[in-house]
Amino acid sequence: MASVCFYFQVHQPYRLRHYSVFDSDPYYFDDYKNAEICRKVSQKCYLPANEVMLDLIRRHNGRFRISYSITGVAMDQFAAYSPEVIDSFKRLRDTGCVEFLAETFYHSLSFLYSRDEFREQVLAQTQKMREVLDYEPQTFRNTELIYNNDLGHYVEELGYKGILAEGADQVLGYRSPNYIYRPLGAQNIKLLLKNYRLSDDIAFRFSNRQWNEWPLTAEKFGRWVDQVNGNGYTVNLFMDYETFGEHQWEDTGIFNFMSKLPEVLLQHPDNDFRTPSEVADSYDPAGALDVPQMVSWADVERDLSAWLGNAMQSNALREVYRLEKQIKDNGDPQLLHDWRRLQTSDHFYYMCTKWFADGDVHKYFNPYDSPYDSYINFMNVLDNIRQRVRR
Amino acid sequence: MRVLMLGWEFPPFISGGLGTACYGLTRAMSDDGVEIIFVLPRAVRTDRSTHVRLIAPAPARKESTSTTTTTSHSSSTERKSDVSQVPTFQIDEMEHVTFVPIAAAVTPYMSPDDQQAYEAELSRITSVQSSTEDVIEMREITHESSETTSRSSSHTAEGDAELSGQYGHNLMTEVHRYARLVMELAPKLDFDVIHAHDWMTFPAAMGVAAVTGKPLVVHVHSTEFDRSGERVNQHVYDIERAGMDTADAVIAVSNFTRKFCVSRYGQASEKVHVVYNAIDLNGGSAVREGPVEFLRDDRLVLFLGRLTMQKGPEYFVAAAKKVLEKIDNVKFVMAGSGDMFRRVIELAADLGIGHRILFTGFLRGDDVEKIFRMADLFVMPSVSEPFGLVPLEAMSHNVPVIISKQSGVSEVLTHALKVDFWDINEMANKIIAVLRHAPLQETLKQNAHFEIRKFSWGDTAAACEAVYDQVLAAR
Repeated sequence: MASVCFYFQVHQPYRLRHYSVFDSDPYYFDDYKNAEICRKVSQKCYLPANEVMLDLIRRHNGRFRISYSITGVAMDQFAAYSPEVIDSFKRLRDTGCVEFLAETFYHSLSFLYSRDEFREQVLAQTQKMREVLDYEPQTFRNTELIYNNDLGHYVEELGYKGILAEGADQVLGYRSPNYIYRPLGAQNIKLLLKNYRLSDDIAFRFSNRQWNEWPLTAEKFGRWVDQVNGNGYTVNLFMDYETFGEHQWEDTGIFNFMSKLPEVLLQHPDNDFRTPSEVADSYDPAGALDVPQMVSWADVERDLSAWLGNAMQSNALREVYRLEKQIKDNGDPQLLHDWRRLQTSDHFYYMCTKWFADGDVHKYFNPYDSPYDSYINFMNVLDNIRQRVRR
Repeated sequence: MRVLMLGWEFPPFISGGLGTACYGLTRAMSDDGVEIIFVLPRAVRTDRSTHVRLIAPAPARKESTSTTTTTSHSSSTERKSDVSQVPTFQIDEMEHVTFVPIAAAVTPYMSPDDQQAYEAELSRITSVQSSTEDVIEMREITHESSETTSRSSSHTAEGDAELSGQYGHNLMTEVHRYARLVMELAPKLDFDVIHAHDWMTFPAAMGVAAVTGKPLVVHVHSTEFDRSGERVNQHVYDIERAGMDTADAVIAVSNFTRKFCVSRYGQASEKVHVVYNAIDLNGGSAVREGPVEFLRDDRLVLFLGRLTMQKGPEYFVAAAKKVLEKIDNVKFVMAGSGDMFRRVIELAADLGIGHRILFTGFLRGDDVEKIFRMADLFVMPSVSEPFGLVPLEAMSHNVPVIISKQSGVSEVLTHALKVDFWDINEMANKIIAVLRHAPLQETLKQNAHFEIRKFSWGDTAAACEAVYDQVLAAR
């Protein structure tokens, strides 16, 4: 018996505008560009991909089941720039075959810096899910699948039944990501680990013509999933939703692949689709998993180095969180909201110099010419926030 | 492979990028085993501070051409016969290079529009050449070197009389006189390919190519459009264009320059090869020996380059003004000389920041080292910079750099901040950011430390040699 568990991440940051040291107004975000990107990605990915998913759910009479985690900042931008995306998610919700996960509203790294701030952002996110989608999340995923034992415990205390993490080799060792685990020392919460090989076959390698498995067909992928039978409970396919139509363009055949996949997988009588909470309800943990260090789903390192790999990144993050008490004491809701939007992990990802010289995925998703420019811009904005706090 | 190189400036006389590039390239080619006959304008003066040992320098006099006042280091008898008819010298770090000095009053950064500068240069070099001190010094060097080479040269001070000979009355006539001297010389030499650096050597190179029928490679380190903006000197442009037209291949120091060669000089794009310059890391220590005491409370932002329109000194001053609106513990040092010197000083005074800008004049040797050690940031605001070696030097001294996007080096540098030269607000924004944020400085320095290691004169030399192979194969 192998369950296939799909989770798609939906996120759009509030990108900053060019903000010079000579600027002094409190308007930090590039509204024009954010609207443009939100509408473009909605047209290329969110709307057509949702249609594909909705069609699959209907065609398979509820046997096709999926989950999403949608950040609060993405929800806000949909509401402002492409409200039809929200309607589309409502239709998916109405099928009863879709789970929505909890995370931080601002797609932040707050767990690393402030438990209070982290909790408040998770509450804000679930509040948003209730308000907009009338949905109560039961399983949690942290920004960029960042995870360690402490987070497992903390999220259990918050009342979640499941938590998602990267099935990184450095924490799994010989163990398989296709079982479910219990965070070391936790009582009830269950840990679902991403099968990164199969996930990345879709998310990263699908259109790579240098890949010796190219082209990837639904049949071929189905055979790989079938191989898990008898060697695990679940194949956790976790990926950015933008894989469909944005990272992998429509002409790569990604939508056709996805339309075909459930049919192929369901041909095998032992296969089914389950959402993360259903997986957590269905299976007992195979054992306790000890993850003392932070893992994530980013880059080959699968650690924090994409956001905390150089002095600029750690400095910018530390400086943001140093303002927490003053901002909260200040009581200005707009100031709080602006400060929180600066916590979005993308801002720190743009400052990454790790792969910069080689040019790759960091560059592709980077609105700046260089990580230095992004740091300078960010620090100028932060300086203005600091002045507003003092006022 | 034997190359007749029409080049410029050797230590200790290097005054800018062209000389540095000729030196780095030639040395790397010599290490590669390429035989080079390097034609150097001006009789070579000696200097006490030189780290280059002159071996058997021969004054440029006609009488000596029949004798064997040539290098004793020449191991190849074949080559000896090539150069035995002309006065030559060698320097001991370049085994395969034979230098042929040509007494001509041309220096790399002259403009035919500046007759005054030409006359100043002319009077400078003729006075130097006739000075007793210089002759004595030359003798001393000869004497020293004769010990190491166990060989005694016979030349005396009389030879120098010829050095002060008939120079042209302006730069253009001097360029053509230089061409004639080189053309007279060339048939006595044996080489496979001619490699000429920038326009002042092009007439000579075209002449030699015509006389000998050897293939010509011209190396464009800068164009008239870089130096003069849109107010080009038509005569210089014509020489540049004729040089490129005549050449079998053109080497441009960047894509930035290659585009000029194609769009402004009508060259076929496949004929123009981009070969980037490099930096010699053995020369300068990348380790910083602690800050210099004076100016300790002030941060120091450095401009180092000629004060000419091309280098954008006025943008640096304008950005300084903006920086000082935000922070005050900063000083700006402008190291260099040039025809905009007075204008820049006046601009600083007009903006009321004269006391914050220090002018050092042209720096050389140890003073350059010292100023880099003092600097917190180097800025190159060039309006049009074909390559830009100074940022690499700054990086090798562990100094963060801001460079103009209108430069060749910005194509290949990652760990540098980049601005449009005209965008003084952004320039100031970035200067302030570097001065304010230690993590930014640190990240830039750390990454630059590794990045400059990818610039090697060996690679530059190999790329030039590949161009030689190509033009020879096409014959």
